[in-house]
Amino acid sequence: MAEIRATPGRGWVESVRRFFDGDIWYSFTRSPMTMAAGAVTFLYFFLAAFGPWVAPHDPFDLASITLLDASLPPAWLEYGDPRFLLGTDIQGRDMLSAIIYGSRVSLLIGFASVILSLVLGVGLGLISGFVGGAVDAFIMRVAEVQLSFPSILVALLINGVLRGVLDVQNQADLAYAVLILSIGLSNWVQFARTVRGSTMVERNKEYVQAAHVIGISPALIMWRHILPNVLGPVLVIATIQLALAIISEATLSFLGVGLPPTEPSLGTLIRVGNDYLFSGEWWITIFPGAALALLVLAVNLLGDWLRDALNPKLR
Amino acid sequence: MPLLEVENLVVEFPTRRGTLTAVNDISLHIDEGEVLGVVGESGAGKSMTGAAIIGLLEPPGRVASGRILLEGERLDNLPYEKMRRIRGKRIGAIFQDPLTSLNPLYSVGYQLVETIQTHTDMTPTQARARAIELLTEVGIPAPERRVDQYPHQFSGGMRQRVVIALALCVNPRLIIADEPTTALDVSIQAQIIALLKRLCRDHGTAVMLVTHDMGVIAETADRVAVMYAGRIAEIGPVREVIKNAKHPYTHGLMGSIPSIGHDNERLEQIPGAMPRLTDIPVGCAFNPRCPHAFDKCRTVRPDLLPVEDSWTACWLYDGEAGRTIEASKTLVAATKADALLERNHG
Amino acid sequence: MAEAIAKTREARAKIRDAGGREVAMLKVQGLKRYFDVSAPWLNRVIERQPKQILRAVDGIDFEIGQGETFGLVGESGCGKSTVARLIVGLYGPTDGSIELEGRDIAGLSRQQMAPMRRRLQMIFQDPYASLNPRWRVRDIIAEPIRAFGLAQGQAAIDAKVGDLLETVKLTARDGEKFPHEFSGGQRQRISIARALASEPEFLVCDEPTSALDVSVQAQILNLMKDLQRAFGLTYLFISHNLAVVYHISDRVGVMYLGKLVEVAPAKTLFATPRHPYTRLLLDTIPDLDMTGRERMPVAGEVPNPINPPSGCTFHPRCPFANDRCRAEIPQPRPLGDGAIVSCHGIEEGRIPDGPTLQAPARPEGLV
Repeated sequence: MAEIRATPGRGWVESVRRFFDGDIWYSFTRSPMTMAAGAVTFLYFFLAAFGPWVAPHDPFDLASITLLDASLPPAWLEYGDPRFLLGTDIQGRDMLSAIIYGSRVSLLIGFASVILSLVLGVGLGLISGFVGGAVDAFIMRVAEVQLSFPSILVALLINGVLRGVLDVQNQADLAYAVLILSIGLSNWVQFARTVRGSTMVERNKEYVQAAHVIGISPALIMWRHILPNVLGPVLVIATIQLALAIISEATLSFLGVGLPPTEPSLGTLIRVGNDYLFSGEWWITIFPGAALALLVLAVNLLGDWLRDALNPKLR
Repeated sequence: MPLLEVENLVVEFPTRRGTLTAVNDISLHIDEGEVLGVVGESGAGKSMTGAAIIGLLEPPGRVASGRILLEGERLDNLPYEKMRRIRGKRIGAIFQDPLTSLNPLYSVGYQLVETIQTHTDMTPTQARARAIELLTEVGIPAPERRVDQYPHQFSGGMRQRVVIALALCVNPRLIIADEPTTALDVSIQAQIIALLKRLCRDHGTAVMLVTHDMGVIAETADRVAVMYAGRIAEIGPVREVIKNAKHPYTHGLMGSIPSIGHDNERLEQIPGAMPRLTDIPVGCAFNPRCPHAFDKCRTVRPDLLPVEDSWTACWLYDGEAGRTIEASKTLVAATKADALLERNHG
Repeated sequence: MAEAIAKTREARAKIRDAGGREVAMLKVQGLKRYFDVSAPWLNRVIERQPKQILRAVDGIDFEIGQGETFGLVGESGCGKSTVARLIVGLYGPTDGSIELEGRDIAGLSRQQMAPMRRRLQMIFQDPYASLNPRWRVRDIIAEPIRAFGLAQGQAAIDAKVGDLLETVKLTARDGEKFPHEFSGGQRQRISIARALASEPEFLVCDEPTSALDVSVQAQILNLMKDLQRAFGLTYLFISHNLAVVYHISDRVGVMYLGKLVEVAPAKTLFATPRHPYTRLLLDTIPDLDMTGRERMPVAGEVPNPINPPSGCTFHPRCPFANDRCRAEIPQPRPLGDGAIVSCHGIEEGRIPDGPTLQAPARPEGLV
């Protein structure tokens, strides 16, 4: 189909205008499901960013927590307290606030680990696809070996090793780093394989040959020419991986090798609440679980939509 | 009655920025056993015309108005299933890339037999015999052996022959060939052209040959339609169009083709480029690039007018504009094609 | 641009050898490039297959004089694009030398090649793939200017980019746009502007008009001729289109399966083609003069270059082939009028003169 002439853009105002006039934004506005997913994701991001200001309580402020409020059901049930919309846990912490703080932690770890696997995967994929030969064979064999294990298993393994090496029990901050490393290192393969494939296509295109003829160094060609052209699919994978990373974090935390209950993520909240599921205090685990499911679903839907919107064949 | 008649065909593509008209009100006909060439540059709407006739317009493209008649029967409003049967039986199609027209997973023979059996009630043995016969006819050596091979075992030229054999399976009345030689080397091109011509002669099949290559048209077609920006600029006998071009666009197009034996330092060039479908000029679509454009060209769209043996859509040939055919002929005289004609026949 | 023209002219004047003879712009001798197209090692061992070597370019010699246009024609797979890539250093040669104004550049490392690159640029076939879709046109054209340090400061670079765009008949404002906003012909102009940005003397043009419509092709060919005159450029022009090659070239080489079978001045080659393959090619071009003409196309196809025929590789398709042609590889021999032909039949004088391939007995069976 004929391309539609765009007016030459100047400055960021023009860029923003072009984005909202573009096909991607158009396909976004045409899909109610995607718009809902976008709204939910945005809400989570907003809560995560401004948690301390929007949460009704500070679940970590020991001074404000009293055991008198412990195990209150959600506000709309009998014995519910309007101060605690989603009820409280057995220590009297507000569940809604705990979930907001938990989402904050989950998103933080999710993002950080996706960025880690993205940088690692894109870098290795670029080198693998561009250099080829033995380097490519080595990187790809490592990737395949890692891929043959479930990624949660790899994450557990890395987690175990790191916990053995580092003194995690005494340094809560390290728990973050260990989680990010173990999730990040277990998910780079997807990025590397995709980027390698696109790189091998781009490498043989004439604009890359033109850069060779000019005498641009291979490193600069990778960085300036090929990288910008292979990032489209990376964005899609990153979105879907974000959902997976959040799940991984929750799984690790649920298994007890994630964040300690003093700094609960959604996974920790579920694990802690799980103990009381059958003693009647279902809300302690169900609400964090629902919050996790909603977040992951929304991010996943966004990823699906992005994949379709960026694929010229499906447009 | 002509075999195929296209009347006032309009093909549109609705997009969210408005509807694009890829083919704008064209009429043409093809007689039995005739080769009609359709030439034009990319974006002229020539492939779209072919696709509309065989009912293979890619959505959201659609025939917005006009009629397509094959042996008097309307094709443009047929339901998909009915059209599919006509496509197999009465209209054959040959596309540019032979590899995409063949299924890589099945042997050539299987694909031929399947097509034959879909449209006739031959037994498998008969169908296989027919397949071998077809392969022989399109010039594939050792057809008894080749029939069981897979598309990747054939070279480009041989694959295109297989595609032609597929199109011929059930003796279609009309073949739409969209750039059938473009992906092939020159020496193979010549073989395929000769094959198409021979088949046409032997079976009385009509061919609509869509291509950008004037040379292929010159050798193969009986009549030629020159398309520009979704419309026919000129249509007539191939000799007349090539050697005695009427429309300034055809004229410029001819001049811009380099040819062996002509030692002109510069080629004639048409300034500018074909307009995009989003901004086709008012009046004659060619007017901004036309050296002879006058006021009427910029406001009123010309329709095809008979000029000598051909038809052309150009106000230069309209008596009312105060310009006679003779005058406009001197305008476009001394053409390269004329010089050629003298050299060859003088 | 005037400054650039003066500079190229000045450089040109210096290049003469000890005897005061002008040194060829490009001299290629015994150039070979083989590709290993074998199956992976494990498959080879298991299936007991030998290594497979594709001789893309198999020993070719030619010279291009300063300011000359040398056309290289041949069918797909004959190795003409490999020649282009060898000359600009995208591939290293397996054997042979490539001299740019007397200096061998074959197999130089990237660093050693750097000073030569400025003088040697390339125009590619596909206008859609040859420009980075994520870059603005001004950055695409500025890339060589920055890489070779030909202008200092943003203002100077912008001015030069604007000049270049105007040289190829675009406007300086087009620099702000992205490649997708241009048509194929305009993109090819941008490609040419980028190639000119380093003020080269020699341009390798690999099918620069094959992807374009005829009217656009005419514009680009005319532009290339104008640029050649203005800057004293030397072209290696590669195409499968004989008419285009005839139009633009001073001398023409015909390639078949990795070998140059005939080299001659363009007029000579097209008026009196010698090698049977050249005659075949000339025979098969559809031409506007041919309306209604019945033409006997030549049988056969280009053989698989991994397994080329013995002796003269053209012998299976050649109506004049005899036992010597099947056994012995013909060597290039100069004829009186500047033509160099590799053919036993021509050497022995047993192939009749004539513009077309009038075979004594044409193999039947094929169309």
